[in-house]
Amino acid sequence: MIQNSFKRGLLDGVPIGLGYFSVAFAFGIMAIQCGLSPLEALLISMTNLTSAGQLAGVPIIAGGGSLIEMAATQLIINSRYALMSVSLSQKLESKTNLVQRLLVAFGNTDEIFAVSMANNKKIGKIYFYALMIAPWLGWSGGTIIGALAGAALPEIITSALGVAIYAMLVAVVVPKVKEDKWCAICVAISVLISCGFEFLPLLKDFASNYGGFVIIICATVASTILALIHPVETEEQANEC
Amino acid sequence: MNVRAEFLPYLIVMAGVTYLIRMIPLALIRKKIKNRFILSFLYYVPYAVLSAMVFPAVFFASGNIIAATVGVLVAVIVALFSKSLVLVAGCSCLSVFLTELILRFFS
Repeated sequence: MIQNSFKRGLLDGVPIGLGYFSVAFAFGIMAIQCGLSPLEALLISMTNLTSAGQLAGVPIIAGGGSLIEMAATQLIINSRYALMSVSLSQKLESKTNLVQRLLVAFGNTDEIFAVSMANNKKIGKIYFYALMIAPWLGWSGGTIIGALAGAALPEIITSALGVAIYAMLVAVVVPKVKEDKWCAICVAISVLISCGFEFLPLLKDFASNYGGFVIIICATVASTILALIHPVETEEQANEC
Repeated sequence: MNVRAEFLPYLIVMAGVTYLIRMIPLALIRKKIKNRFILSFLYYVPYAVLSAMVFPAVFFASGNIIAATVGVLVAVIVALFSKSLVLVAGCSCLSVFLTELILRFFS
């Protein structure tokens, strides 16, 4: 079975688009505060489509940092996408050709990835293209409106919106944790390590220097442990992920 | 509404590196992976990545750690009963908003 409905993809993308709008709004405000023009902020959002990388990149532009520094920062912070793209390569319908894969790659954000993985079927290119539309519009639209209308919203509203994107990720992880106790163990290990990087003295020092590596370390360690102690039974089960 | 000339190289490097990271694995891995360990690893990766991104960062995502904690608890509880992303995110945002209102009232 393959999920390849345009309509389904478009609808699945709407909540991501709404969440992105609120986060991008905050990004737009921050970019202006750093001295970028609204159009520059918009161009970054339209071409990058990533939150953490953009938030780290803007101060480098503002401070006149080197292009090497910019490249290294993006590489480290966004390295988790490589891991997700490997997973996505297995989830995509296998006859998806190279040009189609080049298009799909652009939209592989944390949330779009999460939603496509939450399907218990293989996914087709049409579904994925449609899934990208609302998030891209929300991300770009939120950025330009945040950049232009900026500080007009009361802080209590922007503060509440800041949680939206995390709540969406929770909504993807929790149902899986509920149905598969091994996934629950994996999540627990990953969260423990992640909290360790925030609160334990030595790990905290590491995180303050190499923050971009934290997520990929947590995920790699937790997934390796679970793959060793409880490997998936069959290829079918692996495809469900 | 201007774009400075010195801004463009940054934009190209930023967008280029981000895209290549996403593109290379998708372009290179065309075959089905058969290795059981790698399949198992990839099965767990999405949930490990996403949960590490949420915790503990979510506690610092709102202006107030108590409100953020309420928000993430509400998200987890609603997600136990519903798979709707909008419902989960909406309830969570609303609970953060209300908690901050209450906290302001008492402070």
